[in-house]
Amino acid sequence: MNTNPDFRTPEFSARGRRADSLFRYATIAAGAIVLLVLGAVAFTTTKRAWPALDSMGLDFFTSDRWAPNEKFFGARSFIYGSLVASTIAVVLAIPVSIGIALFTTQVVPARWRRPIVYLVDLLAVVPSVVFGLWGILVFAKHVDGFYGFLHDVLGPIPVVGDLFGEGSGRGYMTAGIILAIMITPIITSLAREVIDTCPPADREGAYALGATRWEMIRGTVLPYSKGGLVGAVMLGLGRAMGETIAVALVIGSTANISANLFASGDALPARIANEWGEAEGTWRAALIGLAVTLFAVTILVNLAATAVVNRSLAKSQGTR
Amino acid sequence: MAAMSIPLIRTSDELTLEDLTAKRTRRSLVSSLMTVLMGLSVVAVTIPLGAVLYTVVSKGASVLSADFVTKDIPIVTRQVGPGMGPAIVGTLLITLVAAFMAVPVGILGAVYLNEYSAGGRFGKLVRFMATVMTGVPSVVMGLFVYITYTLRYKQNAFGGSLALSFLMLPIIIRSTEEMLKLVPSNLREASAAMGSRKSRTILTVVLPAALPGVVSGCLLAVARAAGETAPILFVVGATNTVNANMFNGVNTALSAQIFTNAQQPFVGAQQRAWGAALTLLTLAFAITLVARLITARFALKR
Repeated sequence: MNTNPDFRTPEFSARGRRADSLFRYATIAAGAIVLLVLGAVAFTTTKRAWPALDSMGLDFFTSDRWAPNEKFFGARSFIYGSLVASTIAVVLAIPVSIGIALFTTQVVPARWRRPIVYLVDLLAVVPSVVFGLWGILVFAKHVDGFYGFLHDVLGPIPVVGDLFGEGSGRGYMTAGIILAIMITPIITSLAREVIDTCPPADREGAYALGATRWEMIRGTVLPYSKGGLVGAVMLGLGRAMGETIAVALVIGSTANISANLFASGDALPARIANEWGEAEGTWRAALIGLAVTLFAVTILVNLAATAVVNRSLAKSQGTR
Repeated sequence: MAAMSIPLIRTSDELTLEDLTAKRTRRSLVSSLMTVLMGLSVVAVTIPLGAVLYTVVSKGASVLSADFVTKDIPIVTRQVGPGMGPAIVGTLLITLVAAFMAVPVGILGAVYLNEYSAGGRFGKLVRFMATVMTGVPSVVMGLFVYITYTLRYKQNAFGGSLALSFLMLPIIIRSTEEMLKLVPSNLREASAAMGSRKSRTILTVVLPAALPGVVSGCLLAVARAAGETAPILFVVGATNTVNANMFNGVNTALSAQIFTNAQQPFVGAQQRAWGAALTLLTLAFAITLVARLITARFALKR
């Protein structure tokens, strides 16, 4: 009986060794592509936007006048619109997302958990353009009257009333509501993950001291997962700011800065999508400049959010 | 006897048993109220989801027909009647080619992160940046491909595939890595003890063990990418007829058709938008359903 290993197999041949290290390099290269693409996005877009950024200087960010015919490009109203719409989205999405995350992890029995998770995740499967279509042809038309009602009720209140002026179905508020629907699954799934890391001993301890369910959540779960929840909300914010198509359809597409949440305005990505087809020359460079601004902001928000979430998840791995 | 005074510890405001029960009742009321609010937040997301699904299905179903799936898109937007064939072909073509590019690279990247990087600095950087990259807006990715590809090679379907593959890549890397993490390390050790090289262990032991989960993650990334719109508008262009050539001539996709037709005031165009939305939604849901079934049936569990 021959007990010697067969030295012709790839395990022992020089070819096998080479193939092995080749495979390793292939995986490193695949990982490096991520860094390459991100770097290339930053470099090429900034380079292409430079003619507009250079000629406009700081006015590109501080002016709210956007006049392609005169080659004057001020992005402030779009930056403002992006901020307002995504802030509305986050404010609406926070209680709902965290509510769902708490409901699935702390309230319902384990077998109810998966159906609820699937239901919420279905929202993430609906393409944003479908939300946009529904937003412009259905939601915007029906919500008009409700905005009018809010204006009648809240409008006369000093200061706060400025937020609830007259408006139409297409504006910051509609964009914010649609965005809220779209970022809820993202925030919810991260919040669930973060909340799940709360040690059971803490929760049981709170119950043992006689806490009700809500007191237990307020006293142990929420403080424990606070950092991660902040990160989850920031990721949602980043998503909301980068979301293009649904916003482009419902925000109203007017360069406008107004405290009135029902007024129509425009957002950075929406302006790019709506004007790209007709733009050329410096106009295109200016639109790419909007993309650079958007890229920078979303990358910063995502960097911060990812760091916060990672830290919170790492902390919990240490204690368990 | 009555003169004996027993020192009693007393709180300043005398707490009686009734007080305690009253407080307890209020506390549990607050708790129940909060529980109800949490339950209502589930209802709160069901309403828009239900509303969107209902409208798309009810408005789209009346438009869908064999003609709708096969015929060309009418050149006159106000014309009422079917035709989304070119967009369906375009969506399938662009998304499939994107998946063929992104899936292998994404899996290799995940293999690097989980099997080779061993907590190294480069691996950590790649993992972190992949997470950040999932948040890059699709409109930025679209312009990036426009600048680096379309300016040289003109608008065509392959540019759209490139953009979608860049959008899929980080999602695939992250989901595949999660699945590789679930493969028990004694499988790797057993394979190594049999004398397998690392690459062989990965290709014949680790990846097959994680395969269902990996496939499911990739499918979810594909379902997401199929609905992307902005890159299509910039780098693919628009057409009314079927173009099966990836590299030559403009093309179109369902998402882009929904976007442009939604802005038309004409009934015909809006009807086609609803039909396209139903088609796209069906496609995305079908892919997601398959992914879920694979996960539920075959994937490794935590």
